[in-house]
Amino acid sequence: MIKIKNLHANVEGTEILKGIDLEVNPGEIHAIMGPNGSGKSTLANVLAGHESYEVTEGEIIFENKNIVEMAPDERAREGLFLAFQYPIEIPGVSNSVFLKTAINEIRKHKGEEEISAKDFLALIREKAEVLGMDSSLISRSVNQGFSGGEKKRNEILQLLTLNPKLAILDETDSGLDIDALKIVAHGVNKFKNDNNAVILVTHYQRLLDYIIPDFVHVLYKGKIVKSGDKNLALELEERGYDWIIKEQPQAV
Amino acid sequence: MSEEIREDIKLIEDHTSQEYKYGFVTDIEEDEFPKGLNEDIIRKISAKKNEPEWMTEWRLKAYRHWLTIKEPNWAKIHHEKIDYQNLRYYAAPKKKPELESLDQVDPELLATFEKLGIPLEEQKILSGVAVDAVFDSVSVATTFKSTLAEKGIIFCSISEAIREHSELVKKYMGSVVPQTDNYFAALNSAVFSDGSFVYIPKGVRCPMELSTYFRINAMDTGQFERTLIIAEDDSYVSYLEGCTAPMRDTNQLHAAIVELVAHENAEIKYSTVQNWFPGDKQGKGGIYNFVTKRGICKGNNSKISWTQVETGSSITWKYPSCILQGDNSVGEFYSVAVTNNYQQADTGTKMIHLGKNTKSTIISKGISAGRSNNSYRGLVKVGKNASNARNFSQCDSMLMGDQCGAHTFPYLEIDNSSATVEHEATTSKVGEDQIFYLNQRGISTEDAVNMIVNGFCKEVFNNLPMEFAVEAQKLLAISLEGSVG
Amino acid sequence: MNKENNIKDWYLENFNQFNKVVSDDIFKSLRKEASAKFENSDFPTKKDEEWKYTSISPILNHEFTPSPLFMGDKEVLPIIDKYLIKDLEVHLLVFVNGIFNKELSKIGEVENGIIIDNLYNLSKNNPEFISEHLSTKNDTNNSFNFLNNVFTYDGFVVYIPKNKVIEKPIHVLNIASNINKPLVQPRNIVIAEANTEANIITEYVGTEKSEYFTNILTDISVDENSHITFFKLQNESNAAYHIDKTEIIQKASSVFNHFSLSFGSRIARNDINTKLDGENIETHLYGLYLGNEEQHIDHHTFIDHAKPNCMSNELYKGILDDKAHGVFSGKILVNQIAQKTNAFQSNKSVLLSDEASIDAKPQLEIYADDVKCSHGATVGKLDEQAYFYIRSRGVSAESARSMLIRAFIDDVVSEIKIDQLKEKVSDTIFEHLHREKF
Repeated sequence: MIKIKNLHANVEGTEILKGIDLEVNPGEIHAIMGPNGSGKSTLANVLAGHESYEVTEGEIIFENKNIVEMAPDERAREGLFLAFQYPIEIPGVSNSVFLKTAINEIRKHKGEEEISAKDFLALIREKAEVLGMDSSLISRSVNQGFSGGEKKRNEILQLLTLNPKLAILDETDSGLDIDALKIVAHGVNKFKNDNNAVILVTHYQRLLDYIIPDFVHVLYKGKIVKSGDKNLALELEERGYDWIIKEQPQAV
Repeated sequence: MSEEIREDIKLIEDHTSQEYKYGFVTDIEEDEFPKGLNEDIIRKISAKKNEPEWMTEWRLKAYRHWLTIKEPNWAKIHHEKIDYQNLRYYAAPKKKPELESLDQVDPELLATFEKLGIPLEEQKILSGVAVDAVFDSVSVATTFKSTLAEKGIIFCSISEAIREHSELVKKYMGSVVPQTDNYFAALNSAVFSDGSFVYIPKGVRCPMELSTYFRINAMDTGQFERTLIIAEDDSYVSYLEGCTAPMRDTNQLHAAIVELVAHENAEIKYSTVQNWFPGDKQGKGGIYNFVTKRGICKGNNSKISWTQVETGSSITWKYPSCILQGDNSVGEFYSVAVTNNYQQADTGTKMIHLGKNTKSTIISKGISAGRSNNSYRGLVKVGKNASNARNFSQCDSMLMGDQCGAHTFPYLEIDNSSATVEHEATTSKVGEDQIFYLNQRGISTEDAVNMIVNGFCKEVFNNLPMEFAVEAQKLLAISLEGSVG
Repeated sequence: MNKENNIKDWYLENFNQFNKVVSDDIFKSLRKEASAKFENSDFPTKKDEEWKYTSISPILNHEFTPSPLFMGDKEVLPIIDKYLIKDLEVHLLVFVNGIFNKELSKIGEVENGIIIDNLYNLSKNNPEFISEHLSTKNDTNNSFNFLNNVFTYDGFVVYIPKNKVIEKPIHVLNIASNINKPLVQPRNIVIAEANTEANIITEYVGTEKSEYFTNILTDISVDENSHITFFKLQNESNAAYHIDKTEIIQKASSVFNHFSLSFGSRIARNDINTKLDGENIETHLYGLYLGNEEQHIDHHTFIDHAKPNCMSNELYKGILDDKAHGVFSGKILVNQIAQKTNAFQSNKSVLLSDEASIDAKPQLEIYADDVKCSHGATVGKLDEQAYFYIRSRGVSAESARSMLIRAFIDDVVSEIKIDQLKEKVSDTIFEHLHREKF
C-alpha cells in the first residue's frame, strides 16, 4: 500500500523528520505514537503533501508511485486521506457542495461517472447514520460552528463517503469524550477492510482500545525508535515514554 | 437540502474563457451627435426624444448647475482627467421608428442581445423575466408589456414614460436624486438619454422579475441612463439590471441615476450584476462607472433592498442608498465587489435613518486581486428623531496577492441615544490552510479558491434571484481566474 | 475668514511681543520659521475630511495670551495635593500654564545618563542635546501645530539611554490658572533608546470654569526592545480648549502602550499617530472619553504598519451624556511589505441622553495580503434589562447607571497596570459620573 523510505523533511529550515522507514500493507492498521514534538503530525502532513513541509530526502511510494512531488489534491484522488487534527472551517461552503465536489473529482479520476444528487443524498444519509449524525449538517458550512467532537465526526463522515485506500488519522481522538471516541472508532472499524489500510497517529493509547492496531511504532525526534504489536501501546500507557527515550543512545 | 445541492458544483465548472467575453462590437449603423456638451446639444437630445418643454427646461437647469460645480475627489480612485467636451452625449442605433413588435428590431441588434444571453424574444423567455434593453443610449425593446399592463403595471423606457406618463415622471423624477445632488448626477440630469421606468400600482405584486440590460456599443460615447421605479402602497417589485460593453482601449464614461420610491408597505428589490468592460490586464481601457443610486422608503413599513455584484468597470464609484423616512421602514444593502488587474472600486452605501423604528442591514464583501484597489465606503446616519433605529454592518475583505489593496471606510453619525449601531469589518487572505484542506479531499486549487470565494460571498448571492446568482458566480470565477497560483 | 485672520494677527502680534521679552535662545530660528508657516496656513475647517466632525471656530473666538508673556506676574502657587497620585512614588514635574515650576516639582535620583527635565532648562544647560532631538517632524500639517512651534518654550523631556530602566513612574502635572486666558503650549519629548523601560503619566488640569487653551505637541521615540507606557489624563476645565498631537515612532520588538483618558474641556481634539517601523512590534492604544454638558471630545488615531510581523490593538470606549458630542476616527494602514500584520480596533460608545451624539469613522487601509485585521464600532444605550434588574434589587437609579457604566468601561480601566493610578482614574470617573446634575 505505502512504503516510506528514509524520509527526511524540514519545516522552515529545521529538520523534523530524520529518516522514517515504514511499510503498510493492505488490511493493516498501524499506530504511530510518541511524545509531543516527536514529528507525528509532521509525518501525517508530509504524507498528505502540505506545502509548508519540504521533503529533503527519501521516498514515499504509494500504490507503486513515488508521490513526493505530487500535489495534495492528486494524492487525494489516488486514494490517500488525512483526517485533520484541527479540521478547518470554511465559511459559506456547504458540506454538500464540498463533499459532492470531492466525490466527483475522485470519480472522474477513476474514470467513473458523476454521482447523481439522489445517490449522493442516499450515501450521506447512510454514512451519517453510522456515526449517529443528523444529516441536516450537510447543509451547514464546512466545520463552521461545529463543536470539537462534531468536527472530528465530520472528518470520519468524509472518510466513509470518500472511501480511500489509505486513511491517516491525525490525533483524531484528541479532545473527544469517551462516547464520541467510541463513535469515531466505530466509524473507522466500519471503514476498514482487507483492501485498505489505516495509519493512526495518536498520543494516547485510549483510542487503541477500540481500534486494534496490528503494529505500533514509537516516533521520537523524527525517527521510529521502536516497533511492536498492540502490547507496546499498553506498555507505553503504563510506563510512559521515558524508558524508550532512555534506551536511545543519543537521548539526553 | 436538495436546493443546496442543486445550486451545486456546476457553478464552478465552465470558466475556460478567462478574457472578457462580452467585448465584441456590434456593427450597426448609429445615429450620433457630435462630440461636446452645450445647451444646444441638450436641446437636441430633448427634441430627438420629443420631450415636453418642462423636461427640456429641467435638463437645462441641471446643466447650468453642473457648470458651477467640480468633480468630487474624495473617493479612493485615480484616473486621468475626463474631458467632458470630448465625449459624445447621444448615440442610438439608426432607423428606429416606433417599434411595434420585436420583428421590427434590427436583426443585428437582436443577435447582439442573444450573444449577451438576454432572452429578448418573448417566446424564448421561459424564466418569466420581462426585459427592457438599453443599447447605447436608447431603449430598444420592452418585452411582456401587455401582460404587465393588464395589472396596471407600467414598464417602459423612460423616454416613453416622459411622453406617455408625464405627470408621474414630473412628480417623481429628481425627487430622490435632485438635479443638484452631485457632479455626475447633475451631468446625467442634463443629458440622460434613456433608461427604464416602472410603476407598480397600489396593492399589486409584480408577477415577474423586471429586468434591464444595458450595453454600451458606440465609441467615445458616454452612457447616461436613468431609471425610476415607483411602488405604490402595498405593492412589490423585483428589478434586475445587467450591463456589458465592448472592449475598447479608451475609457468610456457611464454616469447613471437610479431612483426608487417605496410608499406605505411597499417593497422594492433591486439587483445589479455589473459587468462593464474592466479594461485589459495592463489597465488600459474600461468603463468609468460613476453612478448615483438612491431609494426612499417614503411610507411606513416600506422596504428597499439593494443587491449588487460588481465585477466589471475600470473604476466604480457608487453608493446605492436608502433614505428610511417612513416609520418601521427597512433598508438593505448586499454587495460583492471584485477587482482584479488595475481595477478600482470605491463602493458602499448610505443608510439614512429618519423615521422611528427603522432598520438597516449592510453586508459587503470585497475581493481584491492583481494590482487593484477595492474600498468600502459607507455611511450610517441616525437622525435626531429616528428613535430605536437599528443598523448592523458587516464588511469583509479578502485579498489575493500582495499587490492589491482592500480598504474599509465606514462613517457612523449617530444623533439619537436609542440607536443601536454595530459595525464589523475583517480583512483576510484566502487561507492556505483552507486550500490545503480542500486539496486533501481531491479538489484542485483553482476549484478550491472558487469554492472559498463563493462561500465568502454567499450571504450576498442568497439575495439574488436564482438565475442571477448562477451568473454572478460564473462572473466571479472568470474575473478571478489565475489570481492564486 | 475674517475672524480667522484677526486671530492670526493676534498671535503674530503676540509673537513680536514675545521676541522682545524672551532672550535669544536655540529656538529662535525654529520659531521664526514656524511663524512664517503659521501666517501662511489656515486653521482646519469642517470641509477638511480629518476635521469634518469637529468645529474649532469657538477656539478662534478667543484671544488667548501665550503664557511666557506673563511669566513675571506674581501668582499664588496652586495647591497640587489633590492631583497627586496617592501612595505612589513618582518623579514629579509640575508645569503651571505650561512653564516648569521648580518649587512644586520633585524629581528623584535617577541612574547616570537618564534625563528627566524640562525643555527650557535643557535648552540652556544642554543645547546640543535639544538641537539633536527636537525634531521638526512634528511641525506637519495644521495651524495649531505651527502655533505651538511659534512659541516653543517649555515642556517635559525624558531621555533614557540604552539598557536603562526608570523604575518610578514619571508624573507630569500641567496646571492652568484662571487668570489671563493663557495659551498653554507644551512641547514634550520622550526618547527611549534600546532595551529601556518607563511609565509616564501626563495630566492636564485646570480650575473650574476657567477659559484657556492648551495646545500640545509630543514626540515619542521608542527604540528596539523598549517598553514604554504613556498615560494622558485630560481633566481640563469645562470651559477650556484642548488640542494635542502625539507622534510615536516605534522600532523592532518594542512595546508601546498609550492611554488617552478624557474627562474635561469644552472642545478636545487628540491626534495620536504611531508608526510601527520595525518587526515584532506591539502597540496598544486605549481610550476613554466621558462627555457631559456641551463637551466635544474628538480622538483621531492613526496606526501605520510599516513593517511585517507586528501587532496593534486599539480599544476606545465612550460615554456621552447631555449634549455631549463624541468623535472617533481610527485609521489602520497596512503597507504592502507589512505581511503577517495583526491589527484590531474596537470603538464602543454609549449615549445616555437624547441630545448626545457620536460620529465614528473606523478605517482600514490594507495593501498586504497576509494579514488579520478587523475593526468594530458600536453605538448604543445602556442595557435596559440589566438596569431594571439591578434596580429591582433595591439599587437606586443613579447607582445602577453608574454600575453599568463602570462595567462598560472596565476593559479599558483594567488595562492600567499601576494600581494607584487605576484608583485615581476610577475616582475621576466616579466624580465625573456623579457631578451635580439632574
